Amino acid sequence: MTMDRRQFLKGMLAGGAVAATAASAPAEARGNLTMPPKAMGLLYDSTLCIGCKACVSACKESNHLPPEYSTEDQLWDTPLDLSGKTKNVIKMYKSGTGDHKDQEEDGYAFMKHSCLHCVDPSCVSACPVSAMRKDPVTGVVTYDPGDCIGCRYCVLACPFDVPRFQYDKAFPKIVKCELCNHLASETNDTRFQYSACAQVCPTGATLYGPTDELMVEAKRRLALKPGTDHTVPRGRIDGKDSQMAKAATYVPQVYGEKELGGTQVLKLAAVPFDKLGFRDLPERSFASVSETMQHSMYGYLITPALVLGGLVVAAKRSLRDDEDNQE
Amino acid sequence: MSKIDIISMENLPGVAALEKRLGVSRRDFLKLCSGIAATLGLPSTAAAEIAQAVASPAKRPSVIWLHFQECTGCSESLLRAEHPTLDRLILDVISLDYHETLFAAAGHQAEAARKAAMEANKGKYLLVVEGAIPTKDGGIYCKIGGQTAIEMVKECAAGAAAVVAIGSCASWGGMPSTGPNPTGSSSVGEVLGKPVVTIPGCPPNPYNFLATVVNYLTFGKLPAVDQLGRPLFAYSRLVHENCERRAHFDAGRFALEFGDAGHRQGWCLYKLGCKGPETYANCPVIGFNDVGEVSWPVGCGHPCIGCTEKGIGFAKPIHALAELKSVQPPLGYPKVDEPRGVGATIASAAAVAALAGAATAATYNLTKNLGKNIAVEGDKPESKERAES
Amino acid sequence: MSNHEHSAPTPLGGSLVTSLTKTMALLIAIAGVILVVRLIFGIGSVTNVNDGYTWGVWVVYDVMVGSAFACGGYSVALLVYIFNKGEYHPLVRPALLGSLFGYTLAGASVIIDLGRYWNTWHIFTPGWAQINSVMFEVATCISLYVVVMWIEFSPVFLEKLNKNDIRKKLGRWMFLFIALGALLPSMHQSSLGSMLIVLGTQLNPLWQTMLIPLLYLMTAISVGYGIVIFESTISAIGFKRPFELGILSKLSKVMWGLIVAYLVVRVVDLVVRGAIVEAFKPNVMALMFWVEMAFFIVPAILLASAANRRRPDKLFLSAVCMMSGTFMLRINSYLVGYETGEGWNYFPSLPEMGLTVGIIAIEILGYVVLVRLLPVLPKHEAAAVK
Repeated sequence: MTMDRRQFLKGMLAGGAVAATAASAPAEARGNLTMPPKAMGLLYDSTLCIGCKACVSACKESNHLPPEYSTEDQLWDTPLDLSGKTKNVIKMYKSGTGDHKDQEEDGYAFMKHSCLHCVDPSCVSACPVSAMRKDPVTGVVTYDPGDCIGCRYCVLACPFDVPRFQYDKAFPKIVKCELCNHLASETNDTRFQYSACAQVCPTGATLYGPTDELMVEAKRRLALKPGTDHTVPRGRIDGKDSQMAKAATYVPQVYGEKELGGTQVLKLAAVPFDKLGFRDLPERSFASVSETMQHSMYGYLITPALVLGGLVVAAKRSLRDDEDNQE
Repeated sequence: MSKIDIISMENLPGVAALEKRLGVSRRDFLKLCSGIAATLGLPSTAAAEIAQAVASPAKRPSVIWLHFQECTGCSESLLRAEHPTLDRLILDVISLDYHETLFAAAGHQAEAARKAAMEANKGKYLLVVEGAIPTKDGGIYCKIGGQTAIEMVKECAAGAAAVVAIGSCASWGGMPSTGPNPTGSSSVGEVLGKPVVTIPGCPPNPYNFLATVVNYLTFGKLPAVDQLGRPLFAYSRLVHENCERRAHFDAGRFALEFGDAGHRQGWCLYKLGCKGPETYANCPVIGFNDVGEVSWPVGCGHPCIGCTEKGIGFAKPIHALAELKSVQPPLGYPKVDEPRGVGATIASAAAVAALAGAATAATYNLTKNLGKNIAVEGDKPESKERAES
Repeated sequence: MSNHEHSAPTPLGGSLVTSLTKTMALLIAIAGVILVVRLIFGIGSVTNVNDGYTWGVWVVYDVMVGSAFACGGYSVALLVYIFNKGEYHPLVRPALLGSLFGYTLAGASVIIDLGRYWNTWHIFTPGWAQINSVMFEVATCISLYVVVMWIEFSPVFLEKLNKNDIRKKLGRWMFLFIALGALLPSMHQSSLGSMLIVLGTQLNPLWQTMLIPLLYLMTAISVGYGIVIFESTISAIGFKRPFELGILSKLSKVMWGLIVAYLVVRVVDLVVRGAIVEAFKPNVMALMFWVEMAFFIVPAILLASAANRRRPDKLFLSAVCMMSGTFMLRINSYLVGYETGEGWNYFPSLPEMGLTVGIIAIEILGYVVLVRLLPVLPKHEAAAVK
């Protein structure tokens, strides 16, 4: 019995040692992916948003999504969250009396919830069949239902709770914002030319453009003294339309600058982001952590091959013992 | 009094006499009174009181109407009220003793009439002011009969029972006061140093003025006003709240530019600069010129310019976005932590509890039985093994 | 070694229509109806899964827990073939049968939960397969293992069909399948834990650790022994066979060692990362963590004593605790400890549980039918074969 245990432990140790050496050998620690060359995105400024839901309505129109009812009378589209019918939604934070806009106590604030188009997206890393892809040029995270198996690992993995699934359909799809990249095609039958949410936004709260330019604009706003009159672009950052605004007392952070290695959709707000449903996140992307782990164990199948070799030897020996015994 | 049915009043002698005096049908007159009661937000029984008050010629109050820095748009608007013969009605219901535009008299004769009326109705007459009052350089930029506007308004206000400022200019300075305001245009309230009833608008809706006067006539006092002196019956709600395009705002459908698909379909004009969300007025409710529902700027496709609102009308560019006042998100607005998904129901929780309970009970029973009666294939292998090793 | 002390496996025989098999058949029929509804009206029509908890019991129980409970074959094979402990040989076939069912059904229930199941083949097809995905590894590996297990188990059928020549040919290559049968579960059972890593901070630090693959693997192996003890006990009672105390007692000692090692790794990891503070917060997650830990601590204490290891009741209790602990670790890390945003709720619906119960019923029914028809359980002279 004592000997058995010793043998067993020896075996365990040997196996562990093989695994450990293998884990350190081909460990290609993968860092965060970097911003694609022509990354496109949105800048959402919570302090400019009036909660009119023009973006929600336009998103439905642009993406041909059905209305979603949350009231008994079912009069019009009133989504409460992203869903299999809704790719974009404005949500509200409210505290106390909720009298003052963009105030943490006794105030309220709006926040846009839609895909952030991560630089290093968890959904793309999680998807087992490449249905979620990141465009190598624009960085838009796209979804192809033709590839998808409906496992919903992306839904589980997304740290922003963005991809949604059609639970009410026999032939369901994942639904998520793809930055209206379908509008570039010739079959565009809508009134929109670029991200519908930005195109219709009456206040410029949602702004479309290259992420680097949006970052400059966001930093410009953060640098303003609260109360300063300034002009903000409306629609797309390189367009002609603009409007007058008063600089708000911003939280000094561009959400999406560093979170999980950055996102192409940036956010500004005057109420702390965790109150608006956007948590503090580390700078290292979860995708890179997971893939480093996975590839250090299975990179080029080196470790499994080594272990299999050991196992084959052990199995052969024990089978031989078996035969010896039987004869 | 309150029990009087307004329809039965048709046969009252006073109302019959009014028919002769004003040249309106009795039915039309009573309809007008009901309309005024509704504008004032009063119950239908008040219509009878109004009818009685207006029908009684003894109560006709003297009105002195002054004009300063203005365009006479307010008077014009009033004259274009399209209820049957309203112009004649209002001129007969009140005794308009001084009005520079409507007066037949001119020059010193007119000024003499004003002074006479003030003397005769001292402490009882109603003073209506149209237009802003220049205050810079001793008020020399507006003079009537050698008197500055400042002197004139002070003189007239001294003996007035009540002062009503009609139009945005008189109410808060209006267009003449727009920066850089070279003449130092000021409102009646500022010049008199006391709050007055204001009927702002450019022009104001005539029925708001008419209803205010009739309220005075009927109840002997002016209607309840807000902190800016505006009658609450007309100015307590934002244009945005009653706008017929509000549904488009709520549904997020906006005209993006003049003449686009959304604009042609009557969508919300907020993005084009509509000031409805920060302007208090009843324009969308009563409209102008009695031609139907959409007879007001937004109804015609132009954004509201906020003419009734100090600091908005003539101050903020027409295309500039309104700041949303009192538009807090509705209760149904999705919250960041909106409860979602289905938690445990009694049935499902009971099912899990039953499964867990059954498993626990089975384990317990089995364990108990195993302790007692089970055939055990006993020690043999181990002892054998020991022997072997 | 002493495996040939035991009799060769033989079919148990006896009637297939009993109250147990009838009940199981009824449960399977109900599950069939639920499955039809799910296929016509979508997953949401019968389950409570939502975008906050998109993987409900169909994944977390049927696959994560189901495959762990199907590790009996793997764990025993490790012992017998890799660590060359021939004395456990009689346990191989019954354990392998349990694993075969467990894994095959885990694979099948995954497909039920896949929204676009008709595309399942994409996972294994170059052009679609996405090798960065932990799920790719899990899916490929589980599928391979199911095939390997059918091959490992095929001698049983071949014996029955008297195809001894094929059986002999296969026997010459069996070492390869045995090695694969030890490698593949090590890979995917740990990867079932690795799948949690990409969830990042959505998962409570009590479960989000780089050691989660190791924790999953250790529990999978030790619950494999737990399952063998559990199945043997139930078989002993159900089929009125003698309790194989000697062999199970020794097995329990192996299991005990693994549990203690697991507890050491678990606690040291929590302390080193500082995540242990989470366990003392007054919330549901902490409570569930302690429930989970209790199920590991109880057998660790019970089996420490040699006297207890020789008592069928304590062995059985330890096995049940081990299974519960493994169950809780998976439920906690995929459901209880997961929070993607505020406001989400999930609790399985009745039809959802009904389908899971139906799958368990298939396993029980299949096991009963096959041990009666095929040579799986070792022959016992004393056994009162009905």
